[in-house]
Amino acid sequence: MPVKIGKYTLKLQSNPSVIGFAGVGGITEGEGPLAEEFDFIYDDDKAGQESFEKAESIFHKEAVDRAVSKAGKSKSDIDFIFAGDLLNQCTGSTFGIRNMNIPYVGVYGACSTMALTLALASLFVDSGAAGCTVASTSSHFCSAERQFRLPLEYGGQRTPTAQHTATAAGASVISTHTKNTPCVSAVLIGKIKDLGIKDANNMGAAMAPVSGRIRP
Amino acid sequence: MSTTGNEYDKMAKKASPPSPKAVDCIKAFLIGGTVCCIGQALTEAYSLLDIDKDTAKTLTSMTLIVLTALLTGLAIFPKIAKHAGAGTIVPITGFANAMVSPAMEFQSEGRILGTGSKLFTIAGPVIAYGCSAAFVYGVIAFIFKLY
Repeated sequence: MPVKIGKYTLKLQSNPSVIGFAGVGGITEGEGPLAEEFDFIYDDDKAGQESFEKAESIFHKEAVDRAVSKAGKSKSDIDFIFAGDLLNQCTGSTFGIRNMNIPYVGVYGACSTMALTLALASLFVDSGAAGCTVASTSSHFCSAERQFRLPLEYGGQRTPTAQHTATAAGASVISTHTKNTPCVSAVLIGKIKDLGIKDANNMGAAMAPVSGRIRP
Repeated sequence: MSTTGNEYDKMAKKASPPSPKAVDCIKAFLIGGTVCCIGQALTEAYSLLDIDKDTAKTLTSMTLIVLTALLTGLAIFPKIAKHAGAGTIVPITGFANAMVSPAMEFQSEGRILGTGSKLFTIAGPVIAYGCSAAFVYGVIAFIFKLY
């Protein structure tokens, strides 16, 4: 059972384990320093689909599929899936996992989605509400750019602080404590800290105050 | 840590790497200048074909728009614009790109709800306020002509 320690921290007494995890990435991710860490790199950012949104769903599905099989589980073993992405109504995740037949909790936390889904999935396992859960998230540079900024073909200049949304998806399978696996021993939910950064191209400055202010 | 929004804004500005203004200005000047030279050359060329000056200017704008649309479609324009900045946004090339890029981007959502409705997302405000300003100017010009 989770116990509250300090002001906001939740200690997960059973130390739920991450028994399987997977990540898939797009072309740019495949060229980056973390390329080796991905389970699969797509050589087509559209993954053979007609839109980037559909491609994001494929990425999401692939990440969950791989994580579940790496954990040695099947879909019917999963009690809940906590998933989210950046798109309207979380279409990236919902369309990706719609055929999996797993009870789904949609989470929207923008950049914090993976941390939030992981926290919730671990809490469910620790509380005994679930035996095995999945936490997953996805984003796609092209679908995010067009939702929040400008069309890709628009001839604008990026400022030096502009960030690049990853074209990738990741999933973790959480279960009761297993030896020699990474485990979640405590959860701390973040607060919203808005110090008034209005520049959509400087997300780093907008998000930095949270890490500076939270104290367990 | 107890930083106010104002202090934080200053901290963020100090920590953010600045745009290389001098290099940006030179690039914008050179590329923008080149666009203008091409425009002037086109006007001169059309004038040689026994076309009157006003028509030659219209044809020049049209040619530049078609060229930009083509380069945007071939994904070459954004690569030039990345360096040019205002050098390609200010001339008519910027307007053409602002129309073509959403048309391409939203093609996947269909001809009517995609391309049709999103076509003006960037250029729309320019057209709306441009027409409004032209109307105000027209009224003022009309009143002055009365007296």
